[in-house]
Amino acid sequence: MNKIFFMALTGLFASTFSASAQEAGGIDQAVNEMFAAVTGPFVSLIFAPFPGTSFPWIVMWLVVAASLFTVYFGFIQFRAFRHSIQLVKGDYSDPNDAGEVSHFQALATALSGTVGLGNIAGVAVAVGIGGPGATFWMILAGLLGMASKFTECTLGVKYRNEYPDGTVSGGPMYYISKGFAEKGVPGGKFLAVLFSIFCILGALGGGNMFQANQAHAQIAGIVGDYPGWITGLIFAAVVFAVIVGGIKSIAKVTEKVVPFMGVLYVLAALVIILMNFNQIGWAFGQIFAGAFTGLGVAGGMVGALIQGFKRAAFSNEAGVGSAAIAHSAVRTKEPITEGFVSLLEPFIDTVVICTMTALVITISGQLMVDPATGNYILDGDTIQTVGGTSGVALTSAAFATAFNWFPYVLAIAVVLFAFSTMISWSYYGLKAWTYLFGEGKTKELVFKIIFCIFVVIGAAASLGPVIDFSDAAIFAMAVVNITALYFLMPVVKRELASYMSRLQSGEIKRFKH
Amino acid sequence: MSSKIVVGLDGSGSGDRAVEYAKTLARQIGSCELILVYIIEWSPFSFQTAEENAERHKRREEEIEAALNRIVNPTIEALKSDGLEVTGIVKHGDVADLLDRTAVETSASQIVVARASDAGFAKRLFGTSTANLVMHASVPVTVVG
Repeated sequence: MNKIFFMALTGLFASTFSASAQEAGGIDQAVNEMFAAVTGPFVSLIFAPFPGTSFPWIVMWLVVAASLFTVYFGFIQFRAFRHSIQLVKGDYSDPNDAGEVSHFQALATALSGTVGLGNIAGVAVAVGIGGPGATFWMILAGLLGMASKFTECTLGVKYRNEYPDGTVSGGPMYYISKGFAEKGVPGGKFLAVLFSIFCILGALGGGNMFQANQAHAQIAGIVGDYPGWITGLIFAAVVFAVIVGGIKSIAKVTEKVVPFMGVLYVLAALVIILMNFNQIGWAFGQIFAGAFTGLGVAGGMVGALIQGFKRAAFSNEAGVGSAAIAHSAVRTKEPITEGFVSLLEPFIDTVVICTMTALVITISGQLMVDPATGNYILDGDTIQTVGGTSGVALTSAAFATAFNWFPYVLAIAVVLFAFSTMISWSYYGLKAWTYLFGEGKTKELVFKIIFCIFVVIGAAASLGPVIDFSDAAIFAMAVVNITALYFLMPVVKRELASYMSRLQSGEIKRFKH
Repeated sequence: MSSKIVVGLDGSGSGDRAVEYAKTLARQIGSCELILVYIIEWSPFSFQTAEENAERHKRREEEIEAALNRIVNPTIEALKSDGLEVTGIVKHGDVADLLDRTAVETSASQIVVARASDAGFAKRLFGTSTANLVMHASVPVTVVG
């Protein structure tokens, strides 16, 4: 194992050097191109569209899996919704377990890893290209994704490792290797290692470089352009203080401010929606009409569907396996309870927060409509907006129509969301790292330092090929994870049947009424 | 039947005075058991990082052990050597809620606590644990200054 450890280390440093060399002024353009050439086929494979469409197969892979889990578990996301909320409220928590990680805490931790740019920028991209109709498909994908989260998070708790010192490690790599071994299916170890590799790459890319990059873009948008490495160094120093220095206070502040920002965002959206309450009916009309006719968007109904499905999947990460790592820390006698709690995650992330963004953009009138036909005016593939904005800027402009100070709040929110996503992914990456190389202070430190270096690189450079590759790695996690979920879903079904019968017979007690 | 008194410990000087007062009371009553309760302030609705979550069980055990070794057990020893009947509990949660609940569960006749030892803006805004306990307690409460 040590040999692999050092080989991987050399590889990572090599890629770090190649990246900073390129940053130094394009000297090493050749290396960059080589990197793109080597990783290109992998990226193209993951994001390859179905022939003749622009629908990436990976999005279909996630949606089909979510639909299958929904049917297989008998629409669990609707049946167990009320019970999930009771669990989060602590109605079924034994008072003697007070002081352990609560269901609420696990949910909040996992949410802070997923709520972020996807909810603000991603939705604007979806609505900007697919029109309001994309919202309908986004909500549908969010509702289906709840079943994927339920499956992976139940397995995450069931097959986690508990160490003698009382700490825990869990996630897809553990349920893949242990679950496959238990069922006598070969290849578990191989898939687990593959998952861990993708998870490390995804953590450094989508969970780190992409976030640092976007945070810098936001700050630069407000204070004016300046070199990205400055943002990178500041971010890296703060991340270093939290994950290496163990400065809990910074993490504590973020973990408190991020939910506050999330609530503020939803409240602001609600206020805007209520201020225009006479348009709510119209907005939903646009969403439904657009979902099936496209209202003139590029690609029509299919165009709206692609955008909605894609952004929902990118935002809530259902099926990717990351949430299973975050949820496995809960100390519960019933792994399935954590599955119930986790199904609220795509609901909050996609069905509530993403829909709010989409409604505000629709109501704000930023999308330009041709008065003659009632269809949207297209500018190439995207819908023309009032200020020619897209992404975060479109969301920002939509909120600014009601509150002109909101873009500043939004910028702070984006930076904080990016930071909390980084902290979450540093943990996901670390767990995959220790799965491959074993636990140990030095080994963990090596990963944490690499992680901080990548913060600087991500903020400083527009490393297109590297970021493409890391994004692809996050979705490659879903290829491995969902394959494993298909093999292991009967385990979850058994847990579900047993729990439900005991819940009905009253064997599982409710402590609060 | 002997009566029971729940005593709130907080590891501070005023907490010690509460214990002293409860000792005097117990002697006056004669047959009286003291139940020492040390609460580690904790909420299931706080926000934590994934790493803190993973280590939570370990930390909880450490917190309970530290409270027992440093505060609860030494006080029990001291009171036992004075010939009193004493038990001790360490719990995580809301101070006021758990002191009251312990009193109800053990059928204690009263609660003895120290006055709030720290003041500050938050305490002024939300009230101290002692003030909350006094307002919501199910049994008589004595606050020792």
